[in-house]
Amino acid sequence: MTSAITDETYAELESIAARYPQPRSGLLPMLHLVQSAQGRITPEGIEACADILGISAAEVSGVATFYTMYKRKPVGDYHVGVCTNTLCAVMGGDEIFARLKDHLDVGNDETTTDGKVTLEHLECNAACDYAPVMMVNWEFMDNQTPQSAVALVDDLRSGKEVTSTRGPRICTWREAERVLAGFPDGRVDEGPAAGPASLVGLGIARERGWTAPDRDQGDGGHGVPEQPAQAVEGARVSDDKQAEQAAVEEKAPTTTTAAEKEDAE
Amino acid sequence: MTSILTPVLTDNWGDERAWTLASYEARGGYDALKKALTMAPDDIISAVKDSGLRGRGGAGFPTGMKWSFIPQDNPKPKYLVVNADESEPGTCKDIPLMMASPHTLVEGVIISSFAIRGNKAFIYIRGEVLHVIRRVQAAVAEAYAAGHLGTNIHGSGYDLDIVVHAGAGAYICGEETALLEGLEGRRGQPRLRPPFPAVAGLYASPTVINNVESIASVPSIVGNGAEWFASMGTEKSKGFGIFSLSGHVNRPGQYEAPLGITLRELVDLAGGIRAGHQLKFWTPGGSSTPLLTAEHLDLPLDFEGMAGAGTMLGTRALQLFDETVCVVRAVLRWTEFYKHESCGKCTPCREGTWWLVQTLAALEKGQGSESDLDLLLDQCDNILGRSFCALGDGATSPITSSIKHFRDEYLAHLTHGGCPFDASRSTAWAGLEAMA
Repeated sequence: MTSAITDETYAELESIAARYPQPRSGLLPMLHLVQSAQGRITPEGIEACADILGISAAEVSGVATFYTMYKRKPVGDYHVGVCTNTLCAVMGGDEIFARLKDHLDVGNDETTTDGKVTLEHLECNAACDYAPVMMVNWEFMDNQTPQSAVALVDDLRSGKEVTSTRGPRICTWREAERVLAGFPDGRVDEGPAAGPASLVGLGIARERGWTAPDRDQGDGGHGVPEQPAQAVEGARVSDDKQAEQAAVEEKAPTTTTAAEKEDAE
Repeated sequence: MTSILTPVLTDNWGDERAWTLASYEARGGYDALKKALTMAPDDIISAVKDSGLRGRGGAGFPTGMKWSFIPQDNPKPKYLVVNADESEPGTCKDIPLMMASPHTLVEGVIISSFAIRGNKAFIYIRGEVLHVIRRVQAAVAEAYAAGHLGTNIHGSGYDLDIVVHAGAGAYICGEETALLEGLEGRRGQPRLRPPFPAVAGLYASPTVINNVESIASVPSIVGNGAEWFASMGTEKSKGFGIFSLSGHVNRPGQYEAPLGITLRELVDLAGGIRAGHQLKFWTPGGSSTPLLTAEHLDLPLDFEGMAGAGTMLGTRALQLFDETVCVVRAVLRWTEFYKHESCGKCTPCREGTWWLVQTLAALEKGQGSESDLDLLLDQCDNILGRSFCALGDGATSPITSSIKHFRDEYLAHLTHGGCPFDASRSTAWAGLEAMA
């Protein structure tokens, strides 16, 4: 059902590998390009990557099956994700997902019969201040409700132009995959710099005249500095735990960073 | 007047076309780079050390110290890798930063790479944020065109290339060694340490891996001085950070403040908990940091303050839940997440998270007995600290902390024969229909 990788795509796959000191580093974006060209991860795409990188097809498959954005089945023009991690779920993501399954008559990770929409529930997509959040082809659709979600998928299926709530006009899933592979599509200047929730703290600071201290206040050597915020903040110092105790790994506690520090000392 | 909020990283987010080079340079962007290029690299490392900047990705490890671990006598290339795989549940600061002001990150990457004497840097962005990736790609391209990147940057003789790399969906790649595996084109499974990445990281070469916000803070430190940065925050948690409020507050969003601010202050700024409701539980820094309750509203949100309460500052991802939310439902959902995201390498995490889901799911349905709470704690005990990375450890945090604070609520599921809560009361639109 799928066609062979074209010469043009093959050359682009090679160009991705060439971005890196070691070509295999290109594999993740190369697989994104395979999805863009072929609509999913195909055996032909796997072979092409393996061929270019000088590794086995099994090694490429091992990578393609590890990451959730790689799809073995054809994806619709619009990949519609609903966050159902705890915060979004509680704020209404569960209801939205249930409504969409019913409305589209599909289950999780399934595509509508017209091939337009693939529905999937997502883990946290880093937009919790806009909960409940949906993503269409990995563009933000913030602050959704069951009604807005139904209207959104209806618009997508009818071919109406849809714009991200703080981003550009939505492209197709295959076009999106091409950007992820590192080939820009010229939509970078669409949409705002930030959505409203991203700006609330800044807005309050502006309103009340709050700023970070002036550079001179911290620099010293400019006579007696004015008393900056630290005098107040410093009064809040908590009990003196060792820094190591607070040193936790990227996402959670581990002994690693403490050990790393010991290593250095 | 004391400034409760101190916008630095967020200061330009409201600017017209803030993501463009022109907008960034109009307010002094890349001046810090020009200053840095006149400095000795070791002096930049010293400045970052003196500033007291600690890793903003959750670990809190001193950034300057991390840089100083790079063995400069090692003949291999040195690499800087930016961890932009923001996926810890509740965490939503790096994504808006990169979308609004990608040049802050790019300038930070150039200065930081210069300091560690690297000539190649990578920004590993999770794949599920298309527009953010566009903005960072474009910022890198603009920086090349302006001579901020490439060969002989501004006549300094220093060369640097940046590659923007899109991930493909894997929470585990936020763990630094799993991220390196992903960046080497492999399954994202963590590596055993030592050796640490500083010695043998990307391609077994000396590698610094830092969070987006850590690197984005570097231009302000170089530009304004270490003392300026250290003038904010608390004794051991210096500087500012972005605090992300989500859930049942009136104005969820990003609030940039000195470390040590309290949740009470933040919630006040956010207009309080939604009308007619009270705060029940919250995470200080993502789902992997043990839950706190309304009792903890006045604790300083810094590394020490949170450690003192048996939790962690993490990523300052403050997810707030009011009294309509069932803590068992919340914890079960997080646990399902950890089970799904466990990479499968280490048995205690791979099997353990599966068992946690089985036990919790039964309890949530009102099945089982009180002794299952002890079973859960025993399962957690067999996961915590027993795997290569911290994913499994994180999975135990919501469970052990929720049993500590809300044991009776677990038991209520058994006596009630299921969940006693009405989930529809927790939604963003609950009550609005009645008012409409």
